[in-house]
Amino acid sequence: MKHRWWLVVALGWAMAASGAAPDGDAILAAVDRNIGSDTKVSTARMVIEGRRGSRTVLFKSWIRGMDESSTEYLDPPRERGVKMLKLGDQLWAYYPATDRTIKISGHMLRQSVMGSDLSYEDLMEDPLLSGLYDPEVEGEDVVLERPCWVLHLTAKRDDLAYDSRKLWVDKERLVILREHRFAKSGKLLKTTDVMEVAEIDGRWIGKSVEFKDALKSGGGTRFVIDTIEFDAVIPEHMFTKAVLRK
Amino acid sequence: MIRFLIKGLLRDRSRSLFPTLTVIAGTTLTVVMYSWIRGTEADIIRANANFNTGHVRVMTRAYTAEVDRTPNDLALLGAGELRGELEQRFPNFDWVSRIRFGGLLDIPDADGETRAQAPVTGLAIALLDESSIEREILNLDNALVRGRLPSAPGEIVVSDELSTRLELELGETATLISSTMYGSMATTNFTVVGTVEFGVTALDRGAILADLEDVRFALDMDDAAGEILGFLESGIYDEARTSAAADEFNAWIGDGGDEFAPVMGNLRRQSGLATTLDLAGAVSLALITIFVVVMSIVLWNAGLIGALRRYGEMGLRLALGEPKGHIYRALILESVTIGLLGSVIGTGIGIACAWYLQEKGVNIEPFLKNASMMIFNVMRARVTTTSLFIGFVPGMLATILGTSISGLGIYRRQTSQLTKELEA
Repeated sequence: MKHRWWLVVALGWAMAASGAAPDGDAILAAVDRNIGSDTKVSTARMVIEGRRGSRTVLFKSWIRGMDESSTEYLDPPRERGVKMLKLGDQLWAYYPATDRTIKISGHMLRQSVMGSDLSYEDLMEDPLLSGLYDPEVEGEDVVLERPCWVLHLTAKRDDLAYDSRKLWVDKERLVILREHRFAKSGKLLKTTDVMEVAEIDGRWIGKSVEFKDALKSGGGTRFVIDTIEFDAVIPEHMFTKAVLRK
Repeated sequence: MIRFLIKGLLRDRSRSLFPTLTVIAGTTLTVVMYSWIRGTEADIIRANANFNTGHVRVMTRAYTAEVDRTPNDLALLGAGELRGELEQRFPNFDWVSRIRFGGLLDIPDADGETRAQAPVTGLAIALLDESSIEREILNLDNALVRGRLPSAPGEIVVSDELSTRLELELGETATLISSTMYGSMATTNFTVVGTVEFGVTALDRGAILADLEDVRFALDMDDAAGEILGFLESGIYDEARTSAAADEFNAWIGDGGDEFAPVMGNLRRQSGLATTLDLAGAVSLALITIFVVVMSIVLWNAGLIGALRRYGEMGLRLALGEPKGHIYRALILESVTIGLLGSVIGTGIGIACAWYLQEKGVNIEPFLKNASMMIFNVMRARVTTTSLFIGFVPGMLATILGTSISGLGIYRRQTSQLTKELEA
């Protein structure tokens, strides 16, 4: 709880310092601080609404910092035992059926994760946006009955998956409630809508989030966090390649 | 009379040589070009039918709309039952189920790490079903370059070019990394038992051929098929019959608005071939028309030159009392003789050249490096019954037409002026 109030105070100070006009950099920095934590262990599900019906994928994730994570798929049976390991800018997937560990790189990063509306590229992305984008406050809006800042983000580099983004950030909770991601041409590529937020261990998180690949004709993917534990103790081996074949 | 004319033609070569050579050249060109176009058209149809669309193809409406990206998530479900119904309803066709897929072929080293990797285009067919006509359709026994065709589950053959690029040895394990019908990434281990070369660049760049049931398992496509292809039992594409079959099937299924309902299209309606086939027909027609017109003009000109050179002869014949009509008919008869001779020789040479092109073909592989169209690397002419008269008839017509026009000058000669003309 202390953590959130510190963020709000920091943001308030930033706004006051600039004559009440909100500063995009300060808002984005506050959003990033809200996301950050040392370690997280979560179980979640992806409900993927395809053109032929929906399917649910269950998985458990161990996350350390911003660029280390390990994921094991639990259900459906065909996906059970599939593991993914992200270490920095590298991503591996292990498939028990073939006993092969495949490094996911190049154009494979653009493939869908388990048929969802998320790509591996999305998984690999640094969640801290302030280092990647230049924010600009576009205005205010209301999402989920919450007052939000609307930020327009422009990529600082050419090699990012999305050239620009539009964020709706809850003014008080500093949670991104809606997001649109665009290509360089301005074409809308993905949308994210938070359906439910929850306060866990003093920080607000999107508990149920709907992702939609604007280029796909399915009904989107709902990502639901079932359990999450912040600052959990995670064994070191969870972030080594050895964990894949275990 | 005819013998007399022939003697005249043989003895006065300047009267016959040039027109005969013109007819020979034109007829030869027409026969060769016609046979080449027919051969090319037949090759395009055969390549597309065998490797792509069949003579007719059944897919879901949604799959049809996005067929270029081989959307297996939109594939036919219950493919076995549908194929059974097709066999019952359309017994004149042989039906086969296929799945196309894309992905990466990953070759592991001794530690299971990636040693080599390449993008591949996959085709899943009933390789292990001995009653299937697939081996014959794809000419697999002849396409085999090394090793053998799959005889057990888990075995694949890959294109020879791909195996060279990946430095693949027969018997090695290759992991296919692809997507399931539901979009998940899927990996499956196969044993490479042979290499093939189809002579179609679009396939030979990076094709793998696997058994249908193996791929169904790998891509989570139980009893599904991307497409069901029908081949007329005669083995020859027939626009009218396939079109009728497609109309009958689509009327039977109805238009209920279900995007996963099956829909049938024939080869012409698919794969953008209609334009190509129409173009081939138009080119054939244009070729013959141009030939007749150009040859007529050339022979008309030759006739005019001949008439000038034979001005005295015509005048003398008229002065001797030979009717104008008789001279005109004699000229026509001469042209028939020249036309017949030129057309026979031209057709003979044309057929010989076309036959050579049919047997040897022309390798166009260097022009197909980035081609995605199903087209054989070696294009061949095709000698048909039509080849026998496609040049012959215009050859005759052009000669007669040319002479008919130039010969009209005879009727403009004034008998009263003949003595003066002859004295001059």
